[in-house]
Order: sequence, then structure tokens, then C-alpha cells
Amino acid sequence: MSERVAVRKTYKLFIGGKFPRSESGRSYLVQDSNVSLASRKDARDAVVAARAAVKGWAGATAYNRGQILYRVAEMLEGRREQFVALGVPGDEVDAATDRWVWYAGWSDKLAQVYGGANPVAGPYFNLSAPEPTGVVAVVAPEAPALLGLVSVIAPAIVTGNTVVVAASPSAPLAAVTLAEVLATSDLPGGVVNILTGRLSETVPTLAAHMDVNAIDLTGVTDGELAADLEVRAAENLKRVLRPVPGDHDWTADPGLGRMTALLETKTVWHPKGV
Amino acid sequence: MTATTTSARSDLSELGRSETALRTFLHGLPGVDQVGAEQRAAQLGTRSIKTTAKAQAIDLAIRMVDLTTLEGADTPGKVRALAAKALRPDPADPSCPHVGAVCVYPAMVPYVAEVLRGSAVHLASVATAFPSGQAPMEIKLADTRAAVEAGADEIDMVINRGAFLAGRYAEVYDEIAATKQACGDAHLKVILETGELATYDNVRRASWLAMLAGGDFIKTSTGKVPVAATLPVTLVMLEAVRDFRAATGRQVGVKPAGGIKTTKDAIKYLVMVNETVGPDWLDPDWFRFGASSLLNDLLMQRTKLTTGVYAGPDYFTLD
Repeated sequence: MSERVAVRKTYKLFIGGKFPRSESGRSYLVQDSNVSLASRKDARDAVVAARAAVKGWAGATAYNRGQILYRVAEMLEGRREQFVALGVPGDEVDAATDRWVWYAGWSDKLAQVYGGANPVAGPYFNLSAPEPTGVVAVVAPEAPALLGLVSVIAPAIVTGNTVVVAASPSAPLAAVTLAEVLATSDLPGGVVNILTGRLSETVPTLAAHMDVNAIDLTGVTDGELAADLEVRAAENLKRVLRPVPGDHDWTADPGLGRMTALLETKTVWHPKGV
Repeated sequence: MTATTTSARSDLSELGRSETALRTFLHGLPGVDQVGAEQRAAQLGTRSIKTTAKAQAIDLAIRMVDLTTLEGADTPGKVRALAAKALRPDPADPSCPHVGAVCVYPAMVPYVAEVLRGSAVHLASVATAFPSGQAPMEIKLADTRAAVEAGADEIDMVINRGAFLAGRYAEVYDEIAATKQACGDAHLKVILETGELATYDNVRRASWLAMLAGGDFIKTSTGKVPVAATLPVTLVMLEAVRDFRAATGRQVGVKPAGGIKTTKDAIKYLVMVNETVGPDWLDPDWFRFGASSLLNDLLMQRTKLTTGVYAGPDYFTLD
């Protein structure tokens, strides 16, 4: 018997529910593993996939979205050891799992808290309801690798947005492994797309893309780059989420801010007493 | 390469007089190597066209678009808007060329003619009981004459696939010739509906039949059956028009229609035209795309090249 040769994994991108290599064919080494180095064309493809997924995901019932997010938490729990093997602390995996569950619960409750009936001076029902913004580009925080990533993806998608995530360049293994979790969780393809590689290559393309509706700059630490990205985003009036730079406590209660920042409000007037 | 018998050059115009001669000629055409044709088409689709070449290809493709709407729900307002778009596809950029033609149902021709009057954009109308072609001959001819009278200068006719597949070639020939006569000065495009012809050999035969009977253009599909234009089918048709010109000296145009939705697809076709029949056909007079959603993708790619930023469908008209 010859000695068994281990099967090594290539960490690829996650676009449209599939795991393609970068169209550029490039990769870089992280923790002795090959990770795809996404190009601007991968970013473009990811936006196409995200846009295609908006109709189905935003159109799904809030209850259904909540179930799917809960399913993500179930799958994440099952793969706990895999994340620990990648160097993610066990506590952080647990916290990330709990965060999925927490956001999953909000899917059919946010409309009650954030929407409602408005008093108006006339014989009308006047109702405001939150609606997803659309395609959201997200720059994931550099650290913590898993909890930070989950804390920016979950609030964006729970309300019906679809996302293109630029993963942390230094810790992409957790992001690609999370993609494997998402791919096995009944999440429709294209709702979450994950790009690994240099932020300077993919994020300016996403910020300038006319078919992206909002951008979350949480992971951008370089002030100059952030300013440049905001200027690019202004061209089609993207919503820009740029948290105050500095240490952020990712384990604290996240609040509703991340969900409500990526929502529009639809107000309906309806005649009363007819 | 398909060398067609040129010994019969002088007799080609006589073929239509007898069913037997027509059948002998069409069945004497060399068979199409299916695997070879598909491989060649796939290979030509891998060429990389970038930067200035891409910009040129996009502008050429825009000039070749037959902007089409063939729906039961077409209204005068909708076709007028489409015609306005044909004249000026990108209102934000005056350097953007106009499209080749607008293609509508005969009943909509007068409304489009109003908008296009005095412009270089052609007005095409489908006729002859489009899309099935299953109607009595007098009705088909009346359909054609009405469209021409209303202002169409290009007629897209459908061949009678039932007759063709049953082997009644003379009947198909006579229909095309009669329609050509009914067209008068208008150009005649003959739709072969390749998705219903089953084999490449049939596509080649139908192409020759349409050209022999006097068609100015051969067109792949109506866009109303599941299989529309494909690269290999267009390759077979391009080879046919090339061989036809070699045999008779008359140049015939080609129009793939249906299913061409992206700039990438369009550029693949342009590469194939250049490699198969040469630059003589790289002109809106000799090659057209029957399409509707293709135009917006071309405009988005064009905008990407001029601004450097990926464009989004929110900024282009829905038609």
C-alpha cells in the first residue's frame, strides 16, 4: 500500500452560487493555501449575479428569508470544527452562529419596528413599509475574520438585499469556508457573492458600478481610499455606510443600524371608509 | 471549405422552372460536416476583441441592429418610442450611431414611418403570415403589398417550412419569387426558421433555395420558436452566401435573429463574418442582427468604454 496523498483545497470565489476561479487565473498564498485573486471582471460578474438574484430574494416572504438564515446558522454550527482548524477561535464561531440566529429572527419583525401607520389629516390609511435597497457592495472588516464577516452580511441580506462582499485580504479562508456554508443552506445563488483578493482592485470597481445601489465601507481602514470610494459612489447616489474608524466591539449587541441603513421606505396612501 | 459545383453556373437561373432540376441541384449540394461546423464556430468564438477594436465592433454592431418588436401587445405609442430610440440609441451621447432598421408588424408600419421619415434608418416589416407562414398565397402577397405601401422598405418573409420539409421545393421557390415581385423596390429578407429545419444540410439547401428565388437577405429565425440563431447555423448560411456570390456574382446579406442578447455574442458573430466571408459583409447593408435586448447591452458596453465605469440597466430605456 502506498501512502495516501492528502487532497488539498483551492479556495475559490463564490459568485452566483458557484465557486469559480478568478477569470484572471491568479491566486495568492494564505496559510499555505491558494486563494483566488479576484479581478475587476470578477467584481462585474458578481454584480450581475447579485442583480439577477434581487427579484427572487426581495420577493420571498420575510418568514422564508428568516428560515433560510436560520438554516445558515444550523450549517455553521455543524462546521464549527472546520473553522476552528482554520484558526478561528471557538468562541468566535459560536458568536457568529448566534448572530445569524439573531438576525434571522428580525426578518419578519423589522417591518413592525421600522415601518408603521402614519397619522395624516385626511380620510386615508397612510402606511410606511421598509423595502430593500437592492445590490449592496460590502467591504468586510479585516478582523475578526468570521464574526466580522457575518456581522456585515447578515444584516444586509435579511431585509432582501443581495450583496457582493470583498473579503478581508489577510483572512480569506474563513470567508470562502462561510461561502461553503451558504451554498449548502438553501440560500438562492447570487444572494451572497464573495470576492477574495486585493481591496484596491475590486472595491473601486464596485464603488463606481452604476448597477450597485449601496456600499458598506466597514473594512476600509485607509482614509484616503475611503474618501475616493465615496466620490465614486456619488456618481449614481449610492447609499454609503461608513462607520467611524477605530476599534469596534463586534461581540456587543449590534443594534438595528446596519439593517436600517440599507433600506428604503415605501409609503402607501389608501382611502379609508369606502 | 465547401466548394459548390460551378459547372452549373449558367443553368442556375433555370432551376426554378422544374421541380426535378431544383431537387437535383439542392440535394447535390455537399453535405455539412456537423461536428466540423460546430467546432469551427466555437473556435471563432474564442477570439479576444479588446479596447479600440472592441469600440469599433460595438459601433458597427449598433449600426447592424434591426431593432425589433413583434408582439401582440405592440401599440402605436410603443413602436413610436422604439423608432425614436433607433434614431438616437443613446440620447446622452451624440457620437453614438443610429441602428440599421426598425422591424415591426405590418399594422405598425405607418406609425414608425412617421418617425423615421427623412432618416437613414430602414423600416422593415415582417409579412407573409409571420411567424408560421401557414396561410393562403393571396393573403401572404396582400400582406406584403400592404406593408410596402405603408412605407416599409424591407420585408422579412417566412418560408413555408411545411412545404420545404415535405420536399415541395418548387412551391417554396415560387412563393419567394412571388413575394419578391410583390415587394417591388423593397428588399426581401427570407426567414428560413432554422430551428425547424432539423439539419445543417437543410439549412444549406434552404439558403440556396432562398437565394436562387431572389432573396436579398437570408435570415435565421422568427424569434418565435425555442431554437433561434446559433453560431454554427449562421456559419453554414455565411458559407452559402459566399459560394453563391462565387457562382453567380450576386451578393446576398445574412441576418441572424433571436437569442443574441449580449455584446459578447454580437462580437462573436462579427468575427465569424470577417473570417468566413470577409470584410465585404461587415456592413449594415450585408449583415444585420435581429434583436431587441441586444441594443441596450451594446449601449452599456459602449458607455463602459467611454466612461470607464460599468453601466447599469437603470440608465437605459426599457422597450
